[in-house]
Amino acid sequence: MMNLESIPLQAFLIVSSALFCIGIWGLLNSRNAVRVLMSIELMLNAVNINLMAFSSYVDNNLIQGQVFTIFVITVAAAEAAVGLAILLSLYRNRVTVDMESFNLLKW
Amino acid sequence: MSIAITTQIICFSVLSIVILIGALGVVLLESIVYSAFLLGGVFMSVAGLYLLLNASFVAAAQVLVYVGAVNVLIIFAIMLVNKKEDLKPISDIKSRRIISTSICVTLLSLLIRVDLTNVWSLSSPQNSIGEESTIRIGEHLFSDYLLPFEVASVLLLMAMIGAIVLARRDVMSRDISTGLPVDQELIEKSSEPLLSNKN
Repeated sequence: MMNLESIPLQAFLIVSSALFCIGIWGLLNSRNAVRVLMSIELMLNAVNINLMAFSSYVDNNLIQGQVFTIFVITVAAAEAAVGLAILLSLYRNRVTVDMESFNLLKW
Repeated sequence: MSIAITTQIICFSVLSIVILIGALGVVLLESIVYSAFLLGGVFMSVAGLYLLLNASFVAAAQVLVYVGAVNVLIIFAIMLVNKKEDLKPISDIKSRRIISTSICVTLLSLLIRVDLTNVWSLSSPQNSIGEESTIRIGEHLFSDYLLPFEVASVLLLMAMIGAIVLARRDVMSRDISTGLPVDQELIEKSSEPLLSNKN
């Protein structure tokens, strides 16, 4: 049994790295536009875990990382609202949510 | 910290496993509804990690904003665009999968290497401020982070107006030539899709 006084910082960093990479994989491979938005939320959560871990382990007196996390959550909520509105208007014009069919700007 | 180290390790392991398996389920599952509910589970587990890091306010904000707002919004979007459609097969799907997976694995190994080899100069995690963190966040928001705080409020207003403008149907509220209000039944009229060939 390891003799620890607390969970190492690296454990949090590894979890957030894995979550971020899963988000990127989903972003690249999803064909449903809603799933792409979900993958973006996963990546934002990974970044938040990173910020919170550093705020707790490196800077636990002036917890500036927690303030940054609050701002990231705010921006993520705004992004989700606008993203889903764009998705709805796309669906109204194209009657599909397949990412492969949104190729109007493709060269 | 008030919790014993063994309890912390057990909580951390359970939460990490739930986060990673849930995230894999979000991107891999066939049904998008299961993905949405698993996403809610992932958000709750991330809030649990924040509690483990002595950040109760951010954990509450995470539950309220992500589970209460973003996830519900995603489920509403799924409900609105829920249509069974047969996706056209892509010819080079296999090479795409291989390339994207290799990129992700490379990035993951790079990040884990950085995490493990770097020497972090940590302050002692024991004298954490704990419950005082909410007070400290409030002080930050109204002193040195006041400008971002106000900009965030403007951003939320802009996002709200933008979402309404983008998502509403184009219906005139009054007739252009006569100026009389139009029949409100027109709002529920099914609009013709523009760029699609009907089948």
